[in-house]
Amino acid sequence: MNRSPYISDAPSVSTIMLKVLLALLPAIAAYTWVYGAGILMSIAIATSTALITEAALLKVRQRPIKPYLMDMSAVVTAWLLALALPALAPWWLVVVGTFFAIVIAKQLYGGLGYNPFNPAMVGYAVLLISFPLIMTKWPAPLSLAQQPLSWTEQLTFIFQQTLPAGMTVDAISSATPLDYLKTQLMLNKDVASISQSPIFGRFGGQGQEWVTAGYLLGGLYLLQQRIISWHLPTAFLLALTAISGAFYLADPSHFANPLFHVVSGASLLCAFFIITDPVSGPTTPKGKLYFAAGVGVLTYLIRVYGGYPDGVAFAVLIMNMCVPLIDALTQPRVFGHEK
Amino acid sequence: MNAILNLASRLLPGLGRHDGVHAFNGGVHPPEHKNESSNVPISQLALPKMLVLPLRQHVGHMPKILVKVGDHVLKGQLLAEAEGTVSAAIHAPTSGTVTAIDEQIIPHPSGLPDGCITLTSDGLDTWAPFQPIAWQQGDKKTLVDSLRRSGIVGLGGATFPSHIKLRSNGQSNVHTLIINAAECEPYITCDDMLMRERADEIVAGIEIVKYLLGAETCLIGIEDNKPVAGTAMRAACQQGQAEVKVVPTLYPSGDARRLIQLLLDLEIPSDKRSTDLGVQVFNVATVLAIYRYFAFGEPSISRIVTVTGNVSRPQNFEVLFGTPLSDLIQAAGGALADTSHFIMGGPMMGFDLPSSQVPITKAANCIIAAKPDLFPAAPPAMPCIRCTRCADACPVNLQPQELYWFAKSDNFEKARDYNLFDCIECGCCSYVCPSTIPLVQYYRYAKSEIIATDKAQEAADLARERNEFRLARIEREKLERAQKHAERAVANKTEASAQANAAEVTPSARPSDSAVTDKQAAIAAAIARAKAQKLAGSPAAEPKATAPSKAESLSTPADKQALIAAAIERAKAAKLAAAQAGLAPKNTDNVSASVQAEINQTDAIREKARKLNELDSSEPDKG
Repeated sequence: MNRSPYISDAPSVSTIMLKVLLALLPAIAAYTWVYGAGILMSIAIATSTALITEAALLKVRQRPIKPYLMDMSAVVTAWLLALALPALAPWWLVVVGTFFAIVIAKQLYGGLGYNPFNPAMVGYAVLLISFPLIMTKWPAPLSLAQQPLSWTEQLTFIFQQTLPAGMTVDAISSATPLDYLKTQLMLNKDVASISQSPIFGRFGGQGQEWVTAGYLLGGLYLLQQRIISWHLPTAFLLALTAISGAFYLADPSHFANPLFHVVSGASLLCAFFIITDPVSGPTTPKGKLYFAAGVGVLTYLIRVYGGYPDGVAFAVLIMNMCVPLIDALTQPRVFGHEK
Repeated sequence: MNAILNLASRLLPGLGRHDGVHAFNGGVHPPEHKNESSNVPISQLALPKMLVLPLRQHVGHMPKILVKVGDHVLKGQLLAEAEGTVSAAIHAPTSGTVTAIDEQIIPHPSGLPDGCITLTSDGLDTWAPFQPIAWQQGDKKTLVDSLRRSGIVGLGGATFPSHIKLRSNGQSNVHTLIINAAECEPYITCDDMLMRERADEIVAGIEIVKYLLGAETCLIGIEDNKPVAGTAMRAACQQGQAEVKVVPTLYPSGDARRLIQLLLDLEIPSDKRSTDLGVQVFNVATVLAIYRYFAFGEPSISRIVTVTGNVSRPQNFEVLFGTPLSDLIQAAGGALADTSHFIMGGPMMGFDLPSSQVPITKAANCIIAAKPDLFPAAPPAMPCIRCTRCADACPVNLQPQELYWFAKSDNFEKARDYNLFDCIECGCCSYVCPSTIPLVQYYRYAKSEIIATDKAQEAADLARERNEFRLARIEREKLERAQKHAERAVANKTEASAQANAAEVTPSARPSDSAVTDKQAAIAAAIARAKAQKLAGSPAAEPKATAPSKAESLSTPADKQALIAAAIERAKAAKLAAAQAGLAPKNTDNVSASVQAEINQTDAIREKARKLNELDSSEPDKG
């Protein structure tokens, strides 16, 4: 019998997924600090929905449940989706999104390793299309809210969509900087005056900047741990910087600067945690560069010219469709072969 | 001691540096586990009572047995000689009696029995008389041919007969000899110990191989985890016989193409051999065996084997081929209680031995006693998550995740397109796979399936071609007979009418008869010409108008026959030309050129015969 190699040195799939979860902790901490502990409930709802639906589908598909639940990939999807949704998203929104991510985008395609689309982004896109109003309504960071909600008030809002007496939804919510920029530009204001709004922070959104910093920290950890390759975040950020920079240089009054685009919205979440999903992404080094650059460019175009404030989800899904082609066209040169 | 030297080599400048060494993609660095077996010098194993010598210890044909049961043989005596081009001889490792020639379990992954000669030792170890071979003056071709009787094969594990690698047909273009002393697999230290203890003999062997190949330079590639061996080799190369090059410890640097890349920055094209680019690679132990053959006339009867893993005293032994594995394990202090089985080769490319009774062969560089703790069974494979750690580790720069996908779905054509056959089965991909997928096994499966399909296809093609050829031949013979018959009939009639004309005896009924024959012959010739023109597609080849008049003017049967023959030839030529121009019938697309020509010829003859038949059947008085 030839069973070699007899030795191996590889983190298990579970270890890889756990490290991704670990890498999300700084961002979650920042998120909690900025928007309140509601996000923890969102994550909990998403995680339980993911595990329950994953287990149910594995049972239906007659696959072993324990090893596939233990691989933690469903939990990663759940956390990413929860973090992408607006803070204080109603519980059913989280459930519906997670259901689509796990059941439709992942298990119906064959489960772990077989999903052509990023499950979290499928869940997000379904929600964005179905419930655009809720999906674009973010609560204001606690520091900007007129009357910040307490932990229990946040929970009540998540589960019952009711606010303390005398408080309106508008009082706790605000547009995100990307959204605000878009609507204000349509009113023929220029970027400089729009950025005077208190929702803008030093680089991006007030408060949101810290969450972004958390993603960066986690991403660097994943790079250091060799869980993700440098190709994807680098190409994405470079492409986003390049295209936003070109537009900004052409007309600074109508287009925000590159730094704003890099630190706003889901850019860094996308760079380090979304496009780095290996299953739905390309495999060749060159392919990774093209793929990530494509996501960067599409994200920007959707942000600026599309109907939605942020473009990450659609950009990722569109590029997911191109992955087989990208892989086929970017096969590296094999040792001893001509190009 | 070893550890200190290791440390020293890292601290002292110049010892562990990799000057002028290049790199290949990927590679892995598993725990080395070499110190266990490299602290004790090579030991001689006690003479075993019985030796089992598999006839196939090499790549290639089974050698021809020269002895029979009951024969007494001397140590080093030829027991089986190389037969066919790629084959190697087998010699008696000690003196004794041939007690059996039968099939026994051999150390092979298949675990299947194969032909073996069993030798019962007489305990005297009497050498057969041998003479050194004066290689310095010898004719290279004769020397290399004599190596055919040495039984020497690549001792790095590949076991390719060495005389073939040295064969040059008198015009060797090999300029660089590379000595593979990388020993990149974990656990194995047989080459390391050999270099430490017998560096001078190795270098003497290098000189011989350089001479035989006509190589000007020699580079010795050693991984930097063998500083003692490197120092010993450098000391032995004082006269510049070879240059020791230290390469980083990175599996699989010992793969020939990888080593060439490391040392020469030369990438051997996938479809070429290293000798095409003037480079030949020999394992360090093989070179030593070649030295001993020329210096003492000693054939290949033993090798150094590392015994390590779960044994009491891991170390290297010089072992006679045919020695039972159990003897060797005993010499190493015995296997510890929890030993589950034995592995031959290293942990990256080795295989499970079918029993502890198998003999040591030329391929056995290392025996590892395995226990579950040492090599735990891989957990159940998870789906591939396309993380591409395998692609990062692949020294051939393949995309293992794609190959896995294709192999798993039996999409063999795609697997071939993605260069499956460039895979060297080094195991790096499996080593780093988070989903613990047995990738190499998938590739072996796909390769064997493709090879089997190719063979079946080849056999089917050959059978079909043969059948088509046979049918064409039968048809041709039939038509040729018919043609001869028809020609004879026409000739007879013409002759008869000619005779009648000559005799000027013309009864009223007769003239019309002979006129008819004449006319018909002329028409036949004209038709044949017209057909030929049509087939040739060139109307100007022979003006139609002249044909009848020419035919009419013909009076002798010989002329007519010549005309017919010419027409036939033209038709044939036209048909062939048409076929060559790609106008051949569609159902003959896949046949070989010879069969195609045959079919074309048959078609032409068939055409002719049809015309002649028409002619025959139109004859009113045809019987």
